[in-house]
Amino acid sequence: MTPRLTAFNVVSLTLGFAFLYLPIVLLVVFSFNESKLVTVWGGFSTRWYAALLGNGPLLEAAWVSLRIGVLSATFATVLGTLAAVALVRFGRFAGRTLLTGMVYAPLVMPEVITGLSLLLLFVALDVDRGFWTVTLAHVSFSMCFVTVVVQSRLVTMDRSLEEAAMDLGATPLATFFQVTLPLIAPAVAAGWMLAFTLSLDDLVIASFTSGPGATTLPMRIYGQVRLGVSPEINAACTIMIGVVTLAILAFSIASKRGLAEPGRAEGA
Amino acid sequence: MRSGAERRARAGRALVAGLPFAWLVAFFLAPFGLVAKISLSEKANARPPYRPAFAAGDGPGDVLDKLSALSLDNYRLLAEEPLYLDAVLTSLRLAATATVLALLIAYPVAYAMARAPGRLRPALLLLAMLPFWTSFLIRVYAWIGILKPEGLLNAALAWLGLIDTPLEILNTEWAVQIGLVYSYLPFMLLPLYAALERIDPTLLEAGQDLGAPPWKTFWLVTLPLSRPGVTAGCFLVFIPALGEFVIPDLLGGSETVMIGTVLWSEFFGNRDWPLASAVAVVLLVAVVAPMVLWRREEARRTEAPT
Repeated sequence: MTPRLTAFNVVSLTLGFAFLYLPIVLLVVFSFNESKLVTVWGGFSTRWYAALLGNGPLLEAAWVSLRIGVLSATFATVLGTLAAVALVRFGRFAGRTLLTGMVYAPLVMPEVITGLSLLLLFVALDVDRGFWTVTLAHVSFSMCFVTVVVQSRLVTMDRSLEEAAMDLGATPLATFFQVTLPLIAPAVAAGWMLAFTLSLDDLVIASFTSGPGATTLPMRIYGQVRLGVSPEINAACTIMIGVVTLAILAFSIASKRGLAEPGRAEGA
Repeated sequence: MRSGAERRARAGRALVAGLPFAWLVAFFLAPFGLVAKISLSEKANARPPYRPAFAAGDGPGDVLDKLSALSLDNYRLLAEEPLYLDAVLTSLRLAATATVLALLIAYPVAYAMARAPGRLRPALLLLAMLPFWTSFLIRVYAWIGILKPEGLLNAALAWLGLIDTPLEILNTEWAVQIGLVYSYLPFMLLPLYAALERIDPTLLEAGQDLGAPPWKTFWLVTLPLSRPGVTAGCFLVFIPALGEFVIPDLLGGSETVMIGTVLWSEFFGNRDWPLASAVAVVLLVAVVAPMVLWRREEARRTEAPT
């Protein structure tokens, strides 16, 4: 029996994806609207994109978010990968259950709790809140997503290559960098990207842990959204959606090359 | 006798597991203790705006003094003031309804994805993943333009001649419900798809060969086998939705109050950190049980042979 789509399946797919995408498509379309009114089409225009270039605070916030995103994603990828290696390769060790719990809980933990608890920690430690406290907070929750992504790759990886390297006298460290890491590289890269987009997207945790002079892009957008829908915000959102979409497409095409030929990737 | 290499390997392993472990203890687990502690202290007009319950330099006498000063006043207030109980009940109701609706919408979509020809599946999976990567804030914001009185939905309905006066949807519970279902749909879709795609097609063939009508094959084979995806999806939607802040704040207006919005306004609006902490403890208690259940399911699924 070859899989085939019934009419019901086609309708489900169409309606489901229409529901998922229609709001985003409308937002993008109306970012090119000449009129300031959201429902009235006043002709095609890129004036709101031009207006963005003159919006100093928004550009500054974007720059802050970009730096926090790159820094926190990088630290999160290192810590998250270490945790994944420990959970998959070390068998049973003291604290394994606790580590598993601490890795999975942040995935679903409501952000208001994480944000408030980290803020209270920074206050108790008497740390000045700002750029670095937001970065640190982002590392803490996004590293868990990295762990889950890398873990799923490590579990399916062929262990015989690592064993061969060890048998040939490679140290565990050399084995990791020369055998394991190249094989899990796509998952590590995906983990970094996920951590980066999570950081770029986060409003709640950043609002709690930020201080003067470190307003992130979501915080700035949220401040303007509360005042109402504006085509300028639509334009900013469209740029963010465009960047993420392009990155995902590029990544999935690049990793498909590696994943489509498992013989080459795993048996080289 | 242990060789130097072996000792180094052991030290290396301790470092690999120890670093993320120490990080998560310091920045995830330990702060909950602070939340609990501050939820028992009193609000004060100071910086930080609470009277500390304990401090590092306390002698035994200080600790005794402060123990007697510890107050459950914040919790008493939460229990007595109907506003807070309402927020808890509203959150539970909205999160549960969102979970059921997301399941009903996502199941046929995930099913169709899993039945699609193999060459179409990667593209469909990508389509299902993209919203997951797109900013949450942006996707919630998009609904304001659709739902507001002069928004796109009312314009479309008026154009179709279905309504004369615009529907009030934005700033009602309806808007929050739509926002929750929409935002968390990918979290339901992806585990459902993963579970449905794993089902061995020969099992379905066997059902058909034995003369079962399609609905019976679905009911007796597909549905039970997709159960791990259903439970994973339900937890992934229900738990974060319970403590949601952005959606009720942007779409619900002042009428729809959820636990997350109460915590936010006590903290940022009233600067009542102790009360906000007490709300956080209540929310934490509410999410811990489903979280433990979720982990138990996941552990069973990953450890069971497939």
